[in-house]
Amino acid sequence: MSTQPTQTIMRSGLGRARGLGSAKSGAAHWFAERVTSIALVPLTLWFVFSVFSLLGEPRAAVQAWAGHAMNATLLLALVIITFHHMAMGLQVVMEDYIHAERPRLLAILAMKAAAGLFALGGILAVIKLTLAH
Amino acid sequence: MAEFTLPKNSKVQKGKTFPAKDAKNAKTFNIYRWNPDDGANPQMDAFEIDLDKCGPMVLDALIKIKNEVDTTLTFRRSCREGICGSCAMNIDGTNTLACLKPIAEVKGEVNINPLPHMPVIKDLVPDLSQAYAQYRSIEPWLQSDTPAPPDGERRQSKEERAKLDGMWECILCFCCTTSCPSYWWNGDRYLGPATLMAAYRWIADSRDERTGERLDALEDPFKLYRCHTIMNCTQTCPKGLNPAKAIAEIKSKMLERQG
Repeated sequence: MSTQPTQTIMRSGLGRARGLGSAKSGAAHWFAERVTSIALVPLTLWFVFSVFSLLGEPRAAVQAWAGHAMNATLLLALVIITFHHMAMGLQVVMEDYIHAERPRLLAILAMKAAAGLFALGGILAVIKLTLAH
Repeated sequence: MAEFTLPKNSKVQKGKTFPAKDAKNAKTFNIYRWNPDDGANPQMDAFEIDLDKCGPMVLDALIKIKNEVDTTLTFRRSCREGICGSCAMNIDGTNTLACLKPIAEVKGEVNINPLPHMPVIKDLVPDLSQAYAQYRSIEPWLQSDTPAPPDGERRQSKEERAKLDGMWECILCFCCTTSCPSYWWNGDRYLGPATLMAAYRWIADSRDERTGERLDALEDPFKLYRCHTIMNCTQTCPKGLNPAKAIAEIKSKMLERQG
């Protein structure tokens, strides 16, 4: 009993390999992923260290700390770079695993919208904390 | 979505066992069998081989099985010395050349499968036509507007020539490409390590004048940047080459020309 193969693609192998050609992009995305990940190393260490040194302090002390211009700036940088890095990384994961064109585009757009909103929320929280001082 | 399980008709079942007759030094070879003509699922057949009457390499055992036990066993082979790349297959969980893999290196039973994640034509013979077409798509030949000197070859300094070392040795067995998870999930668009190293072999060639066009053709989220430095390619290469490094060189060239 043999199964008859059905051929739905008769385009040549070379035609398929060339596909739609090169997108002429990707280098900037690849580089930005690496730069943001390196930037996040000191930022995250600084943030974790700061949180531990503020453990048990009253709210006013935390506000005073966040109200310091340099701390506020670094907090904003941490929030923005974290979510930017996360969105770029998740985009690559989605491109890897979601094969169909339309679901992939929709998933990436939804993820980027969520990342953007989370980032805005984080920025707002930093500003509120800072201005409350 | 990427598929993580085999479709129903590709699930591998237990096959036949061929015991060795009065062998003192027997070793079992479990070999993937699939015949396009019988409509059955693939199966693992077990062949016991007397190592005292067999050559030292896995390819020797395969040839012995085909000659003496089951003539229908199908596999590619040609040079039996690691230069043609025909006998690339997955042995003991690693893609390699059967002719370069000593049986003694495998502890216990020897499991032999075709190169992973490629369509199977029969038994251990994978369909590599798409990988070959991708190799063709990077135009792996010298392209130069300057004509060659009328009375001799295009010249290259020793330093320029040295840049091709570690790449010209590639025999296109596609062990690396078929070991790469990125190629498994996106092989229709990602070019894979073998083809990308071939591309860099021409980018790095001082005699080639299409370096920019070659980089243009590769700068793509799928063709090139599916490489996530998983390093399976370098780990599995039976010739000891480093495709991952060649891909990293392409990425660094991409950056270099941005200024």
